[in-house]
Amino acid sequence: MLSWLPENVSTYGADIDSLFTLIYYITGIAFLLAEGLLLLFLLLYRRRQGHGATYVAGDRLGELAWVLVPCALVLALDLWIDARGAETWAKVKGSAPPADVRVRVVGKQFNWEVFYPGPDGVWDTADDRRLENELHVPVGKVVEVLLESQDVIHSFFLPHLRLKQDAVPGRKIPAWFVATKPGRYEIPCAELCGFGHSGMKGWLTVHTSEEYSAWVQRQWATFPHAPATAPAVPRLARTQDATQTKERDSSDSSLFLERRRRERG
Amino acid sequence: MSDAVQAKVAEVVPHVHEEPSFWRRYVFSTDHKVIAKQYLTLGLLWALAGGLMAYMMRWQLAWPETPVPLFRWVPEPFMYDGAMGPEFYNALVTLHGTIMVFFVAMPVLLAAFGNFLIPLMVGAQDMAFPRLNMLSVWVFALASLVLFVSFFVPGGAASAGWTGYPPLSARVEYTGVGWGLNLWLLALALEFASFLMGGINFLTTAINLRAPGLSMFRLPLFVWMQMIAAVLFMLSVGPLIAGAIMLLMDRLLGTTFYLPAGGGDPLLWQHLFWFFGHPEVYVILLPGLGIVLEIIAVFSRKPVFAYRGIIYATIIAGILSFIVWAHHQFISGIDPRLAMPFSVTTILISVPFAFVIFAMIATLWKGSIHLTTPMLFALGTLANFILGGVTGIFNGSAPVDIYIHDTYFVVAHFHYTLFSITVLGGFAGLYYWFPKMFGRLLHETLGKVHFWLTIVFFNSAFIPMHFVGVGGMMRRIANPLQYEFLQPLQPLNVWITVSVILLLLSQIPFVVNFVWSLVAGVQAERNPWRANTLEWSAPSPPPHGNFETVPVVYRGPYEYSLPGSVQDWLPQDCEASPRAAAARA
Repeated sequence: MLSWLPENVSTYGADIDSLFTLIYYITGIAFLLAEGLLLLFLLLYRRRQGHGATYVAGDRLGELAWVLVPCALVLALDLWIDARGAETWAKVKGSAPPADVRVRVVGKQFNWEVFYPGPDGVWDTADDRRLENELHVPVGKVVEVLLESQDVIHSFFLPHLRLKQDAVPGRKIPAWFVATKPGRYEIPCAELCGFGHSGMKGWLTVHTSEEYSAWVQRQWATFPHAPATAPAVPRLARTQDATQTKERDSSDSSLFLERRRRERG
Repeated sequence: MSDAVQAKVAEVVPHVHEEPSFWRRYVFSTDHKVIAKQYLTLGLLWALAGGLMAYMMRWQLAWPETPVPLFRWVPEPFMYDGAMGPEFYNALVTLHGTIMVFFVAMPVLLAAFGNFLIPLMVGAQDMAFPRLNMLSVWVFALASLVLFVSFFVPGGAASAGWTGYPPLSARVEYTGVGWGLNLWLLALALEFASFLMGGINFLTTAINLRAPGLSMFRLPLFVWMQMIAAVLFMLSVGPLIAGAIMLLMDRLLGTTFYLPAGGGDPLLWQHLFWFFGHPEVYVILLPGLGIVLEIIAVFSRKPVFAYRGIIYATIIAGILSFIVWAHHQFISGIDPRLAMPFSVTTILISVPFAFVIFAMIATLWKGSIHLTTPMLFALGTLANFILGGVTGIFNGSAPVDIYIHDTYFVVAHFHYTLFSITVLGGFAGLYYWFPKMFGRLLHETLGKVHFWLTIVFFNSAFIPMHFVGVGGMMRRIANPLQYEFLQPLQPLNVWITVSVILLLLSQIPFVVNFVWSLVAGVQAERNPWRANTLEWSAPSPPPHGNFETVPVVYRGPYEYSLPGSVQDWLPQDCEASPRAAAARA
């Protein structure tokens, strides 16, 4: 079963996978034991002529022990899984390491809008960039994603990085990851968000550090020296600015949406 | 006390009356057995609808946007010459879940079996409140009607998932669904009202109308399970009703309980919904477990192992079920520090259930196991439920849930729990109590064919679904081919779809058996399975009023194979001591 997991390309993904594996073996063995015992009893105690059942009410401690001891074992295994789980959870969801790259991802029916603060590293300045359904990050760096939503709940899912986090309207929810392998990975939405939910997806591009520098150069070529004192512009106003350069992704969902809008006039 | 109440009931609702008219007998009846059959009929009809919806969804997932065979007649805008758009798919996802949980599992397991069996098992003439009982089934029928109508209103049926998360469900513009979703909420509210009436009736009947000598710890476990389920339902449903009213107000009156723009919070709904949602799972599960426990004892010819232990373990699990709800919300944006406590309580709930499962297996130990059709279905429920139980540990572990949340792994998990309990457990109960309900036996061989086909194709469909989930496929997507990383999983999706179609076809032997046996089955004697509980002391089928004389109870429900006894069963109302019974036999 575990071989169906997509390739893991994040640092903490390995921890999640190893916890997954641990639970798989613990529950797998418990499952086989229980089913094996069930089958064994069915074979051993099929009704035969001349052999009645033995009256065992299971209300004395000596008899109950046959059930209580396995239960104690289940409890011990549970606590083991909990302990390992707490450790992994603290690593993934506890205090995040200091971010090297910070992005803001806003879910909306049915796209991921990705915002970069630009070379000045400050939000809501003139050198901010907005991309649609495209997230570019360098390999081996801590990326902080601040998740928001404009309309309904979406869920930011990076299957290859073992990251999933809901984007909830009215909240800014931080998530982070460190990608370990360059490549292009899909970012589906994992929470039902309307008729365009199926097909709502973006792409994560993990660059080598040289490629990433080159990509940054290209993106911010028009703002070589962004003035640090640039007045903050309300985000909403700017996103509607048609002169802003933006990469347009012709994903299925946005095409679908446009088709629907045309159909509906 | 119970005598006095029974006398009171007999006074208020006279049971000896002239031959009632057709309408009073089959439609406006206060007889708990007729009401049980009404719930059963509605539940089975909805099961057919829910099953056909599963078929349509699976067809779409295997061969997206191709015409679904048998459904080319569905008009636009639902389907386009048999091919479905994403709106209709989302409606199917929503209604399949809603129907199977609230309009199949609850009416069949809780209402049909509970109504039929509780008065019989406690030795009462009827429910404590027969007219309230009739009201409950009619409110349920109204709920069914409202849900049915919701398909045909402009904008289509609800399509925000059976969990109905706002803001998606809170504003018409997010889904395009108008009255479809309002009616969906109304249907749920009516359904809850119906089951609240049922729960009051179940508890009152089981506590106050017990036959003389029937102490609480002589009650069959099925009655205990129904009582605990009724308490869980009544304690948990309040918050959800409040939540649903707020959602309806957001939709109709423009309030903003769930909309952050007006100061609301979408997560409020999730907390209210899941505070209800997890106890609700046990509301369905416990009656199913009760059915399985009764059947395993009878066909092992042994007492249920650790009778009291099972009751205590179930109560502990019921209490724990109120403090696990946020395991549905590990990645919903709640404070991450909240996750681990909920993860721990969730995983700990496996301990009381392990106790019940082990006790069931221990009941088989040294038994004399008779593999009749009801026993096969009961064992099938147990065997498959174990898999649903262990996969719950994956979901309950917060870090693993980050990855598998909202994937098909979760879908596979809850189908292993709910399908095995509702469908396999429901069939076990139906095959077992059919002779008491209708006075005729179901055909055994046809029943066994039905069992093996169902078990094979159920596992063939749902085991691979775990793999699809581990591969990362998200729930509720209408077209997996839109994603590159899901392409390698498509052969599995096709396999699952073919298996689901065969699973649905496997129900044909049951339908044939049911209809044929109803008319031409072998006449059932009073106690065809040689069982101990009180319902088998009444005629098959029991008349209005159930028992010829009020039964007197002398012992617990599972005194099978008592040492020194020649016959291996000893009914609860059999006055003779074991020795005397042996001598008489």
